[in-house]
Amino acid sequence: MISFSQTFQNKTRLINRRMFILSALKLGVFISIISRLFYLQISENIKYRSLSDKNRFREWKLIPERGVIEDYFGEKIADNTQSYELHMIPEDVPNIETLFFKLSRIINFDSNKRKKIIKRLKKRKRWEPIVISDNMSWKEFSRINLFLHELQGIKPVVALARKYSSDGSSSHIIGYVSETSANDLKNSELLRDINMPGLKTGKNGLEKSFNELMIGKPGIQRFEVNAYGKRIKELELVKGIEGKTFRTTIDQNTQKYASELLKGKSGSICVMDIYTGDVITLVSGPTFDANKFVHGISKDDWDNLINNTRKPLVNKSLAGLYPPGSTIKPIVALSALENDVMSTKQFVECRGKIELYGHTFHCWKDKGHGMMNMRSAIKQSCDIYFYEVARKLGVDRMSVTAKKFGLGQKVLESFNEEKTGVVPNTKWKLDNIGRGWVLGETLITGIGQGYFQVTPIQLCLMMAQFANGGYKIKARIIDDKYALQPVIDAWRQEFNYKKNDLNLSSFELEKLYENKENIKFILDALYGATNEPMGTSYRSRLTKKGYIFAGKTGTSQIRKITEEDRRLKIKNKDLPYEKRDHALYTAFAPYKNPRYSITIIIEHGGSGSSGAAPIAKKIIKRVLERHKLRRKYQLDLFQEI
Amino acid sequence: MIRNYFQKKNLNFFDKVIAFDFYLAFLVLLVGIISIFAMYSSERGIISYYTQSHLFRFFSFFFLFIIISFFKIQYMFKSAYFFYFIVLVLLFSVDLFGITASGSKRWINLFFINLQPSELMKISLIIFLARYYYKIPSQNINSFKYIIIPFLSFMIPVFLVVAQPDLGTAVLIAISGLIVIWLTGFRIKYFLYSFFVLICLIPVGISFLKPYQKARILTFLNPENDPLGAGYQIIQSKIAVGSGGIFGKGFLQGSQSYLDYLPEKHTDFIFTLFSEEFGFMGSLVLLLIYALIIHRISRIGAKSKNNFARLYCYGFAASFFVYVTVNMSMVLGLLPIVGAPLPIMSYGGSSMLSIMVGLGIVVSCKIHNEEDLT
Repeated sequence: MISFSQTFQNKTRLINRRMFILSALKLGVFISIISRLFYLQISENIKYRSLSDKNRFREWKLIPERGVIEDYFGEKIADNTQSYELHMIPEDVPNIETLFFKLSRIINFDSNKRKKIIKRLKKRKRWEPIVISDNMSWKEFSRINLFLHELQGIKPVVALARKYSSDGSSSHIIGYVSETSANDLKNSELLRDINMPGLKTGKNGLEKSFNELMIGKPGIQRFEVNAYGKRIKELELVKGIEGKTFRTTIDQNTQKYASELLKGKSGSICVMDIYTGDVITLVSGPTFDANKFVHGISKDDWDNLINNTRKPLVNKSLAGLYPPGSTIKPIVALSALENDVMSTKQFVECRGKIELYGHTFHCWKDKGHGMMNMRSAIKQSCDIYFYEVARKLGVDRMSVTAKKFGLGQKVLESFNEEKTGVVPNTKWKLDNIGRGWVLGETLITGIGQGYFQVTPIQLCLMMAQFANGGYKIKARIIDDKYALQPVIDAWRQEFNYKKNDLNLSSFELEKLYENKENIKFILDALYGATNEPMGTSYRSRLTKKGYIFAGKTGTSQIRKITEEDRRLKIKNKDLPYEKRDHALYTAFAPYKNPRYSITIIIEHGGSGSSGAAPIAKKIIKRVLERHKLRRKYQLDLFQEI
Repeated sequence: MIRNYFQKKNLNFFDKVIAFDFYLAFLVLLVGIISIFAMYSSERGIISYYTQSHLFRFFSFFFLFIIISFFKIQYMFKSAYFFYFIVLVLLFSVDLFGITASGSKRWINLFFINLQPSELMKISLIIFLARYYYKIPSQNINSFKYIIIPFLSFMIPVFLVVAQPDLGTAVLIAISGLIVIWLTGFRIKYFLYSFFVLICLIPVGISFLKPYQKARILTFLNPENDPLGAGYQIIQSKIAVGSGGIFGKGFLQGSQSYLDYLPEKHTDFIFTLFSEEFGFMGSLVLLLIYALIIHRISRIGAKSKNNFARLYCYGFAASFFVYVTVNMSMVLGLLPIVGAPLPIMSYGGSSMLSIMVGLGIVVSCKIHNEEDLT
């Protein structure tokens, strides 16, 4: 019994001792838990709080409304319309294959698209959102929203997409927007800053030139989201700022009309206000539908555009280079008069051809024009006369005048694709071809052939500067009244002097002539070319009062006409399309109180008088009909004219 | 009927009420109330399924706790083996016709309740071992003959529970058993030897682990390895606790749980939710209450006049401590996620039942301390 009691006490003591050790251990563990809590909740609190906020809050950038492009009358050329897009954040997607499978059952999402996205994914960071589909129908969009809880990492977005007028009349000026490429990001800091999926970038034309101004500032929408990415509540909304709207000087009505006239042809039509330099119409044919680019152009469509020999993507008004042909003659004539190498009364006999420097130079009229003075030579576009003028004048003096009138330089600043063209002279040939000037080349330069290359808009500016009395103007396509005001004031002063018969010129206008009479003479000669029998565009004249115009035809050869051809009298229409001459016409209207200059180029259109002048007649009629309306918008600027 | 049973004995009902441990009951009630608020918060401030169910369970099992505490300890002592045996049978039957949920077979349908016998095993093993060692003199404890039965008594349930598979509960059962064995005076060096053997067996054991169990252990070693997969729970739990700060985000303001970032917030991660909303201070208070409960149970054991009650109370206190600390260490990223509920706080009937039964026996030990066991 004693021993039992002893063992009992021993045992109790043992248990108590061990319990004591255990208690010490427990204390230790409790302290370690407390210190862990201290570490997490106090030492590292800031880190975990920000992690918790990162969980909770998610920001969505809102694509700002892209600035609209309007025509002169406020009609929209490039507008925005609602579109339904689907975005994906790759790092939030647990399994891309599964997701794509699910998507293919909900929306139109074939394996082709899948492959394309997987390819694009490889180039992108995992946290950068990517647009999977940017042109869903409303039906697809609502289905996506219904199944959203099963599609982790997917985000349906209502966005705005670009919409262009579908006839494509302005496609070349406006250009188009398309998905921002890696290259675009590289070149633009703004795009890198914004960096959001679905942001479209202008790739061409005005869309490209004013891209950064038109984008605007993105808005921010901050949401509290749950673990599945579902938005629980909106916490903050910072409204974006929509992009700048640009008003152009274009008149959509004439623009569309001109585009129709060019249908089936390849070429360009430009119309310009001769005082303000406003580009009223600038079309290039054939054209394309810019809307196709907005959501990514299909390969077939792209191939069609690229392989078309008439080059629909090229803006021929600005980037098409053509020998000016006879349309250069007013410049050559002016240069001769200004440099006193010819007088207007001097006669030259045209026998159809002339032997000079061991070559035979032909006039377009085989039989010859007979005795020609300067006025009749311009009127009938006699080549022999201008060979003589060019010979006396020399290419260098000729090129000075041509350059003064804007040839060989860019006309509009807003287009990267615009070309400068070539006004050849002796120095130019030495620098660019590396050989000395040959005298024979002077002669063909005098009729706008040879190295001479101009763009349609340059010819249009040239004619505008003749028509306004020989003053330099600055062409523009974006309407900005503030910048225009000094120009208006200068012209107003000029008109006042003229009205009061003061033999003065506004000192704010830059004269391009030495003697005013020379310009008057040229304009009169051009009148003859259109409105008098024997004139090259006599058949295309308008006779109604106020519609009478004056212009110069041009036919630019793109091949050398051999003696053989001349003997066989091969006509243009017998030649294959790509060997036919370009038809050119440049005019101003109306003849009295002129307001507009027009240039038309029809590629391989035959002669200027038959290929281009008839179109000019239609366009001029339309432009003049629209003048009253246009003047209403300028009433405060131009009451006098 | 119960009244008659009590009156036959030399303690009358009034004496028992006087002897009842109101302090312990108060602490348990405190944790219970906290748990109901936590459950309410886990349901975003709506009294819904979990809250209602938890509320009902807590109070009914709390009532059970009071009733059990009035049962004579001699009764427990006598039926210890039987109780263990019943639970073991239940555990076997889980293996045969248990209910499978989320990949493991843990529950058995008893028509009125889906019971998780492995939870009850935590308690019955302690009672079993306390009963077994009651008779064995301390000098015999280390002899081989007397180690076989205790060893088997916890290895069989551990094996059964691992097979369910439920690694967490198995570990907790094993630890409870080992603590009681150790308390009776089993030599440390034997523990060390077996621990060494265990280490050697780990490579073999790993091959038996299920893939998800392996993933959990790897995740514990480096949770950032796979932030959206297996490491997700622990990362989100740490973010929740850490973002709580000193005073917490406030009641019903825990964004991590409110926005569903926190997994298993009703059960294993209830402490995370509490800690996010009430911060370091709140967690400290909860930890203090748990410490007081454990201390109180140990005190009752220390004052016991017989070694059965002492061993039981010590064992239960130690197990209770292990449950609390394993759960907390787990959600704080100190241990791998093994699935161990926090006593009283976590949602779960069987766990609550076993804790309340255990506590009832503890108080019964106190009330009937003066009485002879045999």
